[in-house]
Amino acid sequence: MAVTRNFRGRRTSADSARVPPGQYVTSGFPVLSAGPTPRTPLDAWTFTIRGAVDRPVSWTWDEFRALPQETVTVDIHCVTKWSKLDTTWTGVSIDSLLDGVVTNGEFVLAFSDGGYTTNVPLDDLRHGKAWVAHEYEGQPLEAEHGGPARLLVPHLYFWKSAKWVRGLDLRQRDEPGFWEGYGYHNYGDPWKEQRYQGD
Amino acid sequence: MERTALPRRLTWQVGKTVQLVTETPQVKSISLDLPHWPGHRPGQHVDLRLTAEDGYQAERSYSIASSPEDEHVVLTVERLEDGEVSPYLVDELRSGDELELRGPIGGYFIWDESLGGPLLLVAGGSGLVPFRSMWRHRRAVQSKVPVRLLCSARSLPLLLYRDELTQIAEDGVDVSVTLTRETPEGWRGYRGRIDQGLLAKVSWPPEEHPLVYVCGPTAFVESAADALVALGHDPSRIRTERFGGTGT
Repeated sequence: MAVTRNFRGRRTSADSARVPPGQYVTSGFPVLSAGPTPRTPLDAWTFTIRGAVDRPVSWTWDEFRALPQETVTVDIHCVTKWSKLDTTWTGVSIDSLLDGVVTNGEFVLAFSDGGYTTNVPLDDLRHGKAWVAHEYEGQPLEAEHGGPARLLVPHLYFWKSAKWVRGLDLRQRDEPGFWEGYGYHNYGDPWKEQRYQGD
Repeated sequence: MERTALPRRLTWQVGKTVQLVTETPQVKSISLDLPHWPGHRPGQHVDLRLTAEDGYQAERSYSIASSPEDEHVVLTVERLEDGEVSPYLVDELRSGDELELRGPIGGYFIWDESLGGPLLLVAGGSGLVPFRSMWRHRRAVQSKVPVRLLCSARSLPLLLYRDELTQIAEDGVDVSVTLTRETPEGWRGYRGRIDQGLLAKVSWPPEEHPLVYVCGPTAFVESAADALVALGHDPSRIRTERFGGTGT
């Protein structure tokens, strides 16, 4: 660790126990995407669970909205260094979506409109840890932030919370997703600062 | 989509500031001597870390403005209002100071000769920075890939790399500039924000399947990328990089 001459820094007043190493708190909501924002009309939208399952299952938008809805307030952490505290989302828990699905898969490759993918161990999506969210702060989720619906996995870096998510591909073997294939960390725990491969 | 794995571990290294160039009142280019730099591809960025005497640290990401062939790694940094790291880099940093960074990072928003073209580069404000790496690389390897560059700035004095833009225009890059707030007398470039009409005029036709890169503030990138898709460009040929600051 090299001290930077004359650098003092701006200490945040935020509860530092809630901010992972290398992160700063923002009140804005920055956007990071690799390409144009896809816009899928709701009547063409489906959410699908497929892959290593006894049989694939799929919901239309209306069916998805009829599932039990949860509202959660969580902190989110982007690998580009910003964290945002106390964000409120409404959506369907992955536990609800997996209810009745028989699988021998241990890994998930989430897939999205626009070709984006990200991989997460199945266990990290279960037990009340992840949702498919369609409302942010009580409003329909805007397209640039991943609407109509995005994955929400707040305990991992936010690239794991795939925007424009359209389903989960359950797998017996782990396979890197989009950013994971470009050198970002396979798991992405912000508290261990797992930003890039080898961290 | 092409992939470049980064199998190495990205370790922190110390670079020495060897040159500071004032690009505009808000923007400086920092040349660094990095003895252990592993090389990069045009469009990649670095993570930079500042450390206070008591151990407090602040990290941010910055695009690389130099080509892989240049002698030094150059970062062009814009001072953000309410910023923590950029005001230090723009106002405080002196030649000879050491900076800690790691990289290169990112394997998607990159262009090198092997990816071909034709190339369309669309920049808003300091979104020009990664493109400087690309056009310098193109010149260094004497690439014949045709390039059109469209950039917007608030005014001519706030346009980055003015002299270099003139130079690359002589080098065969088709450079278009639009000024959104102030135009000097006799200005022969475009005026106003980059919109669908201007993109239709300046872009390669979608039938030529250009590889498109859009870089700038979030709202700029959203609207330019939407307009390109509306014009018929293949979304999978459009790569974007959004500069957040703290975003909206």
